[in-house]
Amino acid sequence: MHRHFEEDLSELKQKLLTMGSLVERALHQSVKALVERDAQLGLQIFDGEEAINMLQIEIDDRAMRLLALQQPMATDLRLIASAVKINNDLERIGDLCVNIVQRVLSLINQSPISPMIDLPRMAALAEKMLHDALDAFVNRNADLARTVLEGDDKVDRFRDDIFQELVRFMTNHPEAVQRGIDLLLISRNIERVADHATNIAEDVIYVVAGRDVRHHIEETIQPN
Amino acid sequence: MTPENLDEHENGMPEMRFDPMPVEEEEISHLKTENGQTPAITLLKTELPAGTSPNRTLQAVKVSTDHLNFFYGQKQALEDICIQIREQCVTAFIGPSGCGKSTFLRTMNRMNDLIPGARVDGTVLIDGRDIYARQADPIELRRRVGMIFQKSNPFPKSIYENVAYGVRINNLAHSRRDLDEIVERTLRGAALWDEVKDSLPKSALALSGGQQQRLCIARALAIEPEILLMDEPASALDPISTAKIEELIFELKKRYTIVIVTHNMQQAARVSDFTGFFLMGRLMEFGDTRRIFTNPTKKETEDYITGRFG
Repeated sequence: MHRHFEEDLSELKQKLLTMGSLVERALHQSVKALVERDAQLGLQIFDGEEAINMLQIEIDDRAMRLLALQQPMATDLRLIASAVKINNDLERIGDLCVNIVQRVLSLINQSPISPMIDLPRMAALAEKMLHDALDAFVNRNADLARTVLEGDDKVDRFRDDIFQELVRFMTNHPEAVQRGIDLLLISRNIERVADHATNIAEDVIYVVAGRDVRHHIEETIQPN
Repeated sequence: MTPENLDEHENGMPEMRFDPMPVEEEEISHLKTENGQTPAITLLKTELPAGTSPNRTLQAVKVSTDHLNFFYGQKQALEDICIQIREQCVTAFIGPSGCGKSTFLRTMNRMNDLIPGARVDGTVLIDGRDIYARQADPIELRRRVGMIFQKSNPFPKSIYENVAYGVRINNLAHSRRDLDEIVERTLRGAALWDEVKDSLPKSALALSGGQQQRLCIARALAIEPEILLMDEPASALDPISTAKIEELIFELKKRYTIVIVTHNMQQAARVSDFTGFFLMGRLMEFGDTRRIFTNPTKKETEDYITGRFG
């Protein structure tokens, strides 16, 4: 039997995917602006952010309407509740991209420092995590979502290594402290992007498998 | 009572849309009924039915009432109802038992006329014409305003005859073939054709409850009404049959004005574009269904829909 509720639900998913692709692009652009010292590209992020913000509001509105008017159950309920959370994570990633670009613009105004260290590799990993989390959402692939969770530890290690390396660098080059801090903040923002991608992956597992994998709760609590 | 504050934006939830153009929040001026009365309740431009774009104008007013009062003998059942019901929309009325919602529904096709001691004052306009005017013909009115009841009530005749009966007595078919076509088209329109096409000569009473109810909808549609009144049309049905009726309502609103009374708030939320909340004969609140169920203006409405009533 056809239900127009199904159409509303698929529109909600579609909007969330549009949001996901905008955010993915913003992340890609902000990292590219860093590597290529491209201020023009960096500035485009600010326009994109407005579109992301508007979509966030629209997605929340649609989800609220479905919850209030359609009384969704089971898979549908999990999907809509998760859509609200994923929506929030995506918007936060959009904000983090803006933060990255602000540091990039500051770096472009200063002369380049030779060690860009592992930042591009770290960023590539965070990008892949976000991409895989969204891919897992589209294809209802809990296994792919689980691989995203593993990426989070790697990104954290990158952040710790970069932190140490930058502290060493700034100690030896006091004139480059401003640039060192800019890079430090960028690595911090990328690490936060990976955290949000991880949240999205956790939500995907909840939608698909109905299991809550946050905070390793499954390992500590045995249901029944 | 004249419901107040219903058009004040600060009390309603502002519509949020992915639209860079701000939605104007002025009242809609063309809401006046055809005889120039301005109703007590006006809608904001932001209160459009689900799925309409902010730039689309509201559907035309099909039914409007002005200071409508209704009495069963000494007892007043409706008090000063002022409302506008739009065509190609589903308008739902909710409220506790005895609140007047069914009475109000029945004023729209003068079903209350048959009750001894019943008395109406105020006006009910359909397409701007007073249906209680002396020259108004209640038979003609009831052809234009069909009604579906809680308990399905097919005639004890064949499935075919149930649909064909009204067509025949209203001389709407020119030939037997014409009649066959109307019956098929109407049964398709009521989402019943596929289930009954091979058993048209069989008794309608052999159908399931949900099928009987859709047959009654087909019977109502066959005489080409403009408005469909539904009084608890799904309350005696199982969830699957209920979902079928609800989908049918969603389809039918493209062509008809639908007014539904239901005890089932969730059903009102699912099927309607506009919702009115009745309490003790008064229309407490009326507006966009999305707003009523996410951010009602009146405390009474909030208490009722959250189950904190009384």
